[in-house]
Amino acid sequence: MKQRPFEQRHAADWRAFAATLDRLERRKPDRNAAASLPMAEFPAAYRRLCQQLSIARARRYSGPLLDRLNQLALRAHQQLYRAPRQHGRAALDFLLVDFPRRVRADARLFWLCAALLYLPLLGMGVAVHQSPELIYSLLSPESVIEIEENYAPGQEAVDRAAADDLAMFGYYIHNNIGIGFRTFAGGILLGVGAAFMLLFNGVFIGAISGYLTARGHIETFYTFVAGHGAFELTGIVLAGVAGLKLGWAVVAPGRRRRTDALRRAAAEGVRLMIGVAALLVLAAFIEAFWSSNRAVPAATKYAVGGAGWLSMIVYLGWAGRRAP
Amino acid sequence: MPNPALLDTVRHVETPEGITLKLRVAGPMARALAWGMDSLIRYGALWGLSMGLVLLGWAGLGVWLITLFLLEWFYPVVFEIYADGATPGKKALGLQVVLANGAPVDWPAALIRNLLRAVDFLPAFYGFGVVALLVSRDFQRLGDLAAGTLVIYRDPPAKPLALPPGPALPPPLPLSAAEQQELIAFAERGSVLNPERQEELAALLADCTSGLRGVAAVERLRAHARWLVGERT
Repeated sequence: MKQRPFEQRHAADWRAFAATLDRLERRKPDRNAAASLPMAEFPAAYRRLCQQLSIARARRYSGPLLDRLNQLALRAHQQLYRAPRQHGRAALDFLLVDFPRRVRADARLFWLCAALLYLPLLGMGVAVHQSPELIYSLLSPESVIEIEENYAPGQEAVDRAAADDLAMFGYYIHNNIGIGFRTFAGGILLGVGAAFMLLFNGVFIGAISGYLTARGHIETFYTFVAGHGAFELTGIVLAGVAGLKLGWAVVAPGRRRRTDALRRAAAEGVRLMIGVAALLVLAAFIEAFWSSNRAVPAATKYAVGGAGWLSMIVYLGWAGRRAP
Repeated sequence: MPNPALLDTVRHVETPEGITLKLRVAGPMARALAWGMDSLIRYGALWGLSMGLVLLGWAGLGVWLITLFLLEWFYPVVFEIYADGATPGKKALGLQVVLANGAPVDWPAALIRNLLRAVDFLPAFYGFGVVALLVSRDFQRLGDLAAGTLVIYRDPPAKPLALPPGPALPPPLPLSAAEQQELIAFAERGSVLNPERQEELAALLADCTSGLRGVAAVERLRAHARWLVGERT
């Protein structure tokens, strides 16, 4: 069959098929568009189109016709092979079951990342506590003064207004979750970016803690960080886990091609990152609206902080061990 | 003659129905322009928002920072999921993000490619991203490689080319299949070649044009092409 009779024979089918696609894509139909097919007939119509495209290619019909059929097939392919939409129930299942399971599956990387954060934190904390002037190797004198003023005792009188809390919430969201995301992304650079972010944060947090302890601002500082510490530090460690997975896939892809290993690791890592984002939002909320409240007695703050760590350990250690 | 498959930017994807779809991947220039447009939209919106929020004082700053965070990280994700794989900038340039198998981009892939944007942007202005784009076969930046996504042109290049209507004549000598295709392609591309070039090309086919010259030769070749695609007058 020559090209022109082939086009004439199927022209009506193709117009109806295009109209069906317009409807599925919720595009505005043309004024002179054909009537669309019933949805039940869509898959069969798609298979017919695939066959017509194959025939047209085998008979070497001209480029414009092949382009047109290819475009129709591509649009139909995108409609047919669309991922099903996730629902609210799936999100809950993810947080209660899937996320802690994924963390346990990467337990070795978790402990490695925890060491990368907490060892420099402790080391720097002890060192700066012994000789507080070490802090000037990291921070400028002006920032040290600013940090010290923030935690100076006797500020109960100038309690922060609710508007300030909201501003700080915005700041923690933007800054801390941004750090978490960058830690993950940096992992693709052979893991170096993620490891660097962990070490860097460990060194800074350790230095500031050691300095403020040495200066005697113990209660103001530790009552502030107690509440959100469990969620924020664990969130950063898990962002490191997700990042190192990317790096490890590039360094040692095993029996896969590097891009395939990377793709697999990224698919696992991004699911960890959803949990990380949830943890960091929780941490930002506590940090902005609870940690900053100096009217709460110190004992309550420490108790809440301890409960946070305990719940974190129970959640990551045991949640989802039994099928829901 | 160089192998055209090495030069063009078409990626072939086999579907479960046993056909191959052609995806035309987009290069760095189109993507950079789309990114520029999206940046203008994002920072324009943030600027407009800051005008209003400044009245709210510190609380306004909090809302502004959260908006900044959401626009920085999730503006592309949301559009890629809910607007057929295209942010407004990509849509303006006719681009679309799809999975490597041609299916629409899903949540994990959209999140991966946009979180890894942070690394593609390093050391400055998408340095790593552009290098990866130029080194990889299908113009993928690091985020695309990890997510398994492609940025393709959504629609065919231009309006479909067509043979102008007219008389149909059988060719004066038998033509091979390849020769027939060449002749049809020449006639269909009449609207994108200038008349002098068409006449020049037609003059090369003196065997087919029975000694005609100039415009008449071009017209005669078109008549043969119409015959070859099956028109009869």
